[in-house]
Amino acid sequence: MKLTLKVWRQKNKQDKGQFETYQVSDVSKDMSFLEMFDVLNERLINEGKEPIAFDHDCREGICGMCSMYINGRAHGPWDQTTTCQLHMRAYNDGDTIVVEPWRASAFPVIKDLTVDRNAFDRIIQAGGYISVNTGNAVDANAIPIEKHDADLAFAAAACIGCGACVAACKNSSAMLFTSAKVSQLALLPQGHPERATRAADMVMQMDKEGFGSCTNTGACEAECPKGISISNIARMNRELFSAGFTK
Amino acid sequence: MLNAKIPAGPLETKWSKYKSTVQLVNPANKRKLEIIVVGTGLAGASAAASLGELGYKVKVFCFQDSARRAHSIAAQGGINAAKNYQNDGDSVYRLFYDTVKGGDYRAREGNVYRLSEVSGSIIDQCVAQGVPFAREYGGLLSNRSFGGTQVQRTFYAAGQTGQQLLLGAYSALERQVALGNVKQYTRHEMLDVVKIDGKAQGIIARNLVSGKIERHFGHAVLICSGGYGNVFFLSTNAMGSNVTAAWKAHKAGAFFGNPCFTQIHPTCIPVSGDHQSKLTLMSESLRNDGRIWVPKKKNDERKAVDIPEEERDYYLERRYPAFGNLVPRDVASRAAKERCDAGYGVGTSKMAVYLDYADAIIRYGKIEAGKRGEENVAEEEIIKMGKAVVAEKYGNLFDMYAKITGENPYEMPMRIYPAVHYTMGGLWVDYELMTTVEGLYALGEANFSDHGANRLGASALMQGLADGYFVIPYTIGNYLAKEIHTKPIPTDHPAFVEAENKVKETLNKLMSIQGKHSVDHFHKALGKIMWDKCGMARNAKGLEEAIKEIQALREEFWKDVRIPGIQEEMNLELEKAGRVADFLELGELMCRDALQRNESCGGHFREEYQDAEGEAQRDDENYAFVAAWEYKGQSNYELHKETLNFEIVKPTQRSYK
Repeated sequence: MKLTLKVWRQKNKQDKGQFETYQVSDVSKDMSFLEMFDVLNERLINEGKEPIAFDHDCREGICGMCSMYINGRAHGPWDQTTTCQLHMRAYNDGDTIVVEPWRASAFPVIKDLTVDRNAFDRIIQAGGYISVNTGNAVDANAIPIEKHDADLAFAAAACIGCGACVAACKNSSAMLFTSAKVSQLALLPQGHPERATRAADMVMQMDKEGFGSCTNTGACEAECPKGISISNIARMNRELFSAGFTK
Repeated sequence: MLNAKIPAGPLETKWSKYKSTVQLVNPANKRKLEIIVVGTGLAGASAAASLGELGYKVKVFCFQDSARRAHSIAAQGGINAAKNYQNDGDSVYRLFYDTVKGGDYRAREGNVYRLSEVSGSIIDQCVAQGVPFAREYGGLLSNRSFGGTQVQRTFYAAGQTGQQLLLGAYSALERQVALGNVKQYTRHEMLDVVKIDGKAQGIIARNLVSGKIERHFGHAVLICSGGYGNVFFLSTNAMGSNVTAAWKAHKAGAFFGNPCFTQIHPTCIPVSGDHQSKLTLMSESLRNDGRIWVPKKKNDERKAVDIPEEERDYYLERRYPAFGNLVPRDVASRAAKERCDAGYGVGTSKMAVYLDYADAIIRYGKIEAGKRGEENVAEEEIIKMGKAVVAEKYGNLFDMYAKITGENPYEMPMRIYPAVHYTMGGLWVDYELMTTVEGLYALGEANFSDHGANRLGASALMQGLADGYFVIPYTIGNYLAKEIHTKPIPTDHPAFVEAENKVKETLNKLMSIQGKHSVDHFHKALGKIMWDKCGMARNAKGLEEAIKEIQALREEFWKDVRIPGIQEEMNLELEKAGRVADFLELGELMCRDALQRNESCGGHFREEYQDAEGEAQRDDENYAFVAAWEYKGQSNYELHKETLNFEIVKPTQRSYK
């Protein structure tokens, strides 16, 4: 296949940045989207140009590092698929593909398609854990957990922290990310002692980082590569609401 | 002389006795002691969090944009623990025995026993943190079995166990960051160890965003940077996984143990073309229910579903009736290679075998029908119910396969082939996890580990977390208790200046070459040499050739690599170049190690040493030792041997028949 790529290039945080157009040929349907970028970068290097900087690591859809906004969709056209798992089978000869970084003021661009997502770490630091030190935990089977709740907690915990929810949201809200962690821990008995402060503290940090508010458009759920449900947002709001009563 | 410092006394009491007699550091002194942790995978994150909890001042480094992304996250299948929740005869001893045997008798008994002993606490700790393991309807934890064992001791969270365990450790780590006990440096790469008076006292790191070189002091340095499978270019490792931190430690005086012990995982998605950037693992747990086969006829062009049962060769079940599809990884990988080399491979490349779920789907479907108490259920209905069960157990893996290959694994068997997955070798450490450099430790896959010559499935997660949560918090005190009088050393000390200059010199050199070929060009060339000559099967002639080829390639690299951009900003090619430069040295050492080990054991298969049936032949008389290599300069290594004494498990030929 031959494709036209329009890729966002930005030297650094201060640079204004612009789209550059590249023609790529000999793209095979079996290639992954990032392998197509590898081929393009190899060519740019051989031409003495700077390759396109993009984040990626595991290329198995689990580390959450890859982050491309492809033709107006976070992680591209396939549902529940990260950029690294997207394959060129999704495209046809002659297609034009526009590739941008995640766009959100809480995720400043570092270079080209690479953004800074440390704000997510700080949201977790605000309360995305159970305060238990290493050692002397009770026997694992001493805490039976209803399978239904365990499964729901797992579904929420599957979040890979990629930030697609923020990129997809017109308000750049981080509600889906934050609520996934709040939900996971609220659903498990181990998480109950801290549930009131956890939800409040994490939401406060989220606001402080400059993420927007939630207006229930559901774009986050639609674009989430791990299918995290917006019912987690409802659960977080409930946690937050009851936190107000207990505080 | 190498001293492993294994405590005296009976196996069962070594660790408890060590713990109760080891030196302690009082809380007031802990606050004055600084520890550097390099890497945030299971070993690094759990160590940094636990040491922070104890009150030490910790600095933790990772090259990714967040600690949560370390490659432990991609581990799929599960984590072993000797809980015996299934009442199927498991025990600490049995896990210990299986691990020593699975490692083909090339691991230390003392270490492995400790690993088995703490395995249960790991599960308790993770559950307390909120790790959502799979559960039964009664609310208790679920288990499954894995290769090389006959009990169900593997705990799991769908096919995302590594992710859930890492996020547990990561959240514990972030909690310590919030409490101010740990300082976190993301997008930072360690480029050297700083030694003062023979002791590790800090590191030199590059800020990967600004390109600035930084100096960091620590009373101790922990290397938790994972394995070096990417020396093969194609592996199941993440693209950024590298040996650099471990290799710099090696060049600073830490011996490298058993570098040739590489694990080739039997169930990965085969290579599809030259553009291939990495290989994807299909969890070993799939071998629980899937059956592996090739056609009985050579070059059979028929579709898998059109090949009748009697014309299929379920070669693992045929060769190893006792363990069948659940033989250990090394055995399964070699058997796949044997069939493909003999001309029975499938797919366009003919370098693949089938992993078939048709039987499992029907078996599960019938069980579901049975649960409903229905008889005479139509086959279609059974298949539908069976697929639902398989989807619940392995759904994410099946989806991943479909995305990568464009084929539906519920309808036709998956094609799989072995790929590099894990490295048992690594920095040599003693019982306390200290390398041959004082104050320099190695944890998790970065050390030469407890897995001997072959790691059993679901044991890597166990070891990473054992090292970080339950071993290092005790053993490091034994060293730091003596360091309480060492004041933090200012980083303008000459040793820091010298180390920084050395790092800068190497970076300047790399940038100044401006040759004709990209870093990947050299990496791919190295990978091909390694896979062909130091891969699943090795022989003396090939290894000797490989050493020469790698030396020549290394010379070419330093003359002809091209790195665009500048040093003082984010430069991904420069990062890769530094890592490949280290792989080009490590590759040679791996070949040297494989060449000196004149036996076949575990993942190390020397073609000269096999029996008439093609099974590996170990030589316990001459090779029951850990090969620990000392760096003495370019291409100059001295071999030290740590003799392995087996007091409890007497080495026998490993049989899975």
